[in-house]
Amino acid sequence: MTLKVLIVDDSRLARMSVIRALARLRPDFTYIEAGHPDEAITLMKVQGAQAAIVDFNMPGRDGLALTNELRAIDPDIPVAVLSANAQQEIISRTQQLGATFITKPLTEPALDAFLSEAAARQRK
Amino acid sequence: MPARTSLPLSDLELDALTELVNIGVSRAATSLRDMIGKQVTLSVPRIDLLTCTEAAQTISEKESNALVGVHQAFEGDLTGRALLIFPEANSLELVRAVTGGDLPLEDIVSLEQEALAETGNIILNNCLSTIANMLNRNFKISLPQVVHGTGATIFDLSGCDESKDAVLFLYIDFNVMERDIRGYITMLMDLPALASLQKLLQEFIRRTTGEQSGA
Repeated sequence: MTLKVLIVDDSRLARMSVIRALARLRPDFTYIEAGHPDEAITLMKVQGAQAAIVDFNMPGRDGLALTNELRAIDPDIPVAVLSANAQQEIISRTQQLGATFITKPLTEPALDAFLSEAAARQRK
Repeated sequence: MPARTSLPLSDLELDALTELVNIGVSRAATSLRDMIGKQVTLSVPRIDLLTCTEAAQTISEKESNALVGVHQAFEGDLTGRALLIFPEANSLELVRAVTGGDLPLEDIVSLEQEALAETGNIILNNCLSTIANMLNRNFKISLPQVVHGTGATIFDLSGCDESKDAVLFLYIDFNVMERDIRGYITMLMDLPALASLQKLLQEFIRRTTGEQSGA
């Protein structure tokens, strides 16, 4: 099962880090990337994706607001919210949205677990 | 986001620095949240190359009243200063939040300097050690010093040297929800330090992206 993953982070370096880990873990997956939530919404509408990895702290609006918007387009899309800001409130709001909280700096085991879950959900 | 053309860092290097500071401050906010039990919100970081006076103006524009700064110097592979700044009027509220809110006012007042230094120490150390770890480097971090001043003087009091051409000025606003507490975390580095920083950033970018070529 191969997925197209939407990667959203205002930091280009942070996107490169996710892309590198993704390429190592799932060389068959493809990705599209956005540096701003607006761009992410456009990409999601035009190209679509089967999973999303979004930064929390971004200009414009945060990763949780973006998660809601992505869900408005595809209610079932698995989303991981990526942040070093591991405050209880942010983690629980992420979980309330049915999204996965992943701590920055990103580790491959954490990304691997999310990708496995996302691929399993697509199979259903 | 970074904009000035006079900054001797490439776009990707600035991006890497912003991301490092963002992660460092996010970790610091998480520990502040654990200390006070209320959510701490953060702005998106800003990076600029400024003189000490311009850095002071940036803070003055936002805060016209008296300020408190907790200042720590770091040295080693990277040299600079980190400051936690907030309005003096917030300082007792911050101490109250950190101590749990049960202490009588006179105790809070007597604890103020010590509690500010310790709070600043936890926040700034968390931020700086996260950055050091991500750069695979060690910084020696000085003991915290509490300084009182205005936007115009707080950087002078913290050792910002106007005779140097410029400082790399990074800052993030934070707010504590349900408490009237807000402040700024800033880092200052002068131009010689910037050259060392650039090398560390290039190594960091190579490690992060897995690219073998030089930046």
